[in-house]
Amino acid sequence: MLDSQMEALTDMATASATVELDPRDRGGAQQPLLIVRDLLKHFPVKGTGGKSVQAVDGVSFEVQKGETLGIVGESGCGKSTLARLLLHLIRPDSGELVFDGDPVDAPRGITVSALRRQVQMVFQDSYSSLNPRMPVRDSVAFGPFVQDTPKLQAREIARDMLAKVGLNPDQFGPRYPHELSGGQKQRVNIARALATNPRMVILDEPVSALDKSVEAQVLNLLRALKRQFNLTYVFISHDLMVVRYISDRVLVMYLGRVVELGPSEKIFSAPQHPYTRALLASQPSMDPARRMEEPPITGDPPNPIDPPSGCRFRTRCSFAEAVCEASSPGLASIGGDTAHVAACHMLDRASGHSLATAGSA
Amino acid sequence: MSQTATLPASPDTFEDQAAPETKIRSYWQSVGYRLRHDKMTIFFGSIVILIVLAAIFAPLLAPFDPYKESIIGRLKPMGWRNHTLGTDELGRDMLTRLLYGGRVSLLMGIVPVIFATCVGGMLGVIAGFMGGRVNTGIMRTMDVFYAFPSVLLAVAISGAMGGGMLNGMLALTLVFIPPMCRVAETATTQVRSLDFIEAARATGAGTFIIVRHHVLGNVLGPVFIYASSLVSVSILLASGLSFLGLGVRPPTADWGLMLSTLRQSIYVVPVVCALPGLAIFVTSICFNLVSDGLRAAMDVRM
Repeated sequence: MLDSQMEALTDMATASATVELDPRDRGGAQQPLLIVRDLLKHFPVKGTGGKSVQAVDGVSFEVQKGETLGIVGESGCGKSTLARLLLHLIRPDSGELVFDGDPVDAPRGITVSALRRQVQMVFQDSYSSLNPRMPVRDSVAFGPFVQDTPKLQAREIARDMLAKVGLNPDQFGPRYPHELSGGQKQRVNIARALATNPRMVILDEPVSALDKSVEAQVLNLLRALKRQFNLTYVFISHDLMVVRYISDRVLVMYLGRVVELGPSEKIFSAPQHPYTRALLASQPSMDPARRMEEPPITGDPPNPIDPPSGCRFRTRCSFAEAVCEASSPGLASIGGDTAHVAACHMLDRASGHSLATAGSA
Repeated sequence: MSQTATLPASPDTFEDQAAPETKIRSYWQSVGYRLRHDKMTIFFGSIVILIVLAAIFAPLLAPFDPYKESIIGRLKPMGWRNHTLGTDELGRDMLTRLLYGGRVSLLMGIVPVIFATCVGGMLGVIAGFMGGRVNTGIMRTMDVFYAFPSVLLAVAISGAMGGGMLNGMLALTLVFIPPMCRVAETATTQVRSLDFIEAARATGAGTFIIVRHHVLGNVLGPVFIYASSLVSVSILLASGLSFLGLGVRPPTADWGLMLSTLRQSIYVVPVVCALPGLAIFVTSICFNLVSDGLRAAMDVRM
């Protein structure tokens, strides 16, 4: 079915993998493509006396060049807000974005529109993210057209991109979104995001609305395109298996904060934070012999308008003690491994938690 | 014409994708295609065109002078001495006056709607897209106008400014701006919150370009349809103004005015007196049905 096409893409991808650095590269290979520092966004809520939904509350992380960073968390933990903050589609209340060494929207840095020339986004709802009254080729051509590409050339790019995502431009280009299936629409959305030749793509639950077979096709397409165009992905999902499949590193969010961040295999084989462990335990195992020993997570996340003091997970954590209520744990490295960090008092010997170790669990 | 079924030697990468069953048309081609297959709309559309043409070419078609009075030929029934549709209370030929009256009535029906669509639509798109205080400011001002029934408002405005055709059209325009604005605002607000606007912003497009390429196309449909349904309302309101003596002045022919002056003679020649009313009824119902058909044809999702 799609195999021939996928092979073609993979061949192209291996050919282009030898390409060293993007000509637009400024910071060099060691410079993270995106540095996020203390990003904060609270949405004020009317009628609560000045309270606000703490959607993203001091999130910091880095995205290395060429990697895929997966972001997981329950519904309402601020994943999508974070995605929109990264593109300044929502203005952050405070915090800093540094793109390839240049601070965004800062006096000595690059402007938001310069950022948007290099970062693009794929949205979750493939239907509402395409203009219903525009043939899909025009939707794809819109990005390059806005970024000063002449109209005819923009159309050429659109044809090219549609073909690259596996849609025949002659057949599908003139169609309207309602004439396409969910998977085809999401392919168009991917083509639209890639049409402006970005260096980084933020994928906000790109496969969550698709059924399983199409999901796999789209994930493979995303992988192939990443290699072909030397892309960096920030991949947001609530589906742990999807994140595991596509990510190099994984960031776990809970109620607007980072609770654990580390290499994908570490997060899935040796999760440190009780929330990550509970999250992993909550997914059914394929192997009946491999039963999870962790207690499954129960209840809903607390109200983000009034989050718990100290550690935000303490209300649902079976290890919660007084110290968890008193102070909020910082991200601590685990067993001297700076790549893997988690925010839990049990990982910090000095915290006073009765089960505290130096993170060798 | 015949390049329908198979795509000749398409690259094998696309072989899994079914060939389109129908020819690919551009937007306006497909609107035309749907319209051609809608017999109702074609029928009523041709009546509208006939009425408009009859009004435009009234001087050529009219058998008599619209202002020529006759003392002995007053209120004669249909067919009296070459007066196909009879005569009115001053002995003027009804057919002639209906043709001339159509000019005024159609003008009063269409012009205010065009102006109201431009002004109200623009205000609505601005209110809807900007949101926040701009929206509140514009929409609450519109609500003030909404507080009055439309007929009363039209009567009040043209009454304050004095009668006459121009003032009548101005009054009708003002009456139609608030509903037009609301339709445009609602459509814009719905579109604004969708992801494709976010996606357009993510490419770095400015507000003006987004409105032009992504908002207007989605707003024009409902606005246009509402406008075409307003034409019949406008004809009726204009007739009402003339009926009350606030629109055009006698002896100018106008359907509403004719209806008003002939109503006293309804017991003498009932059929003749009902003719202007029939003209208004037929015109407005045709406009309504045509706008309904256009709505169906212009919806890409059908």
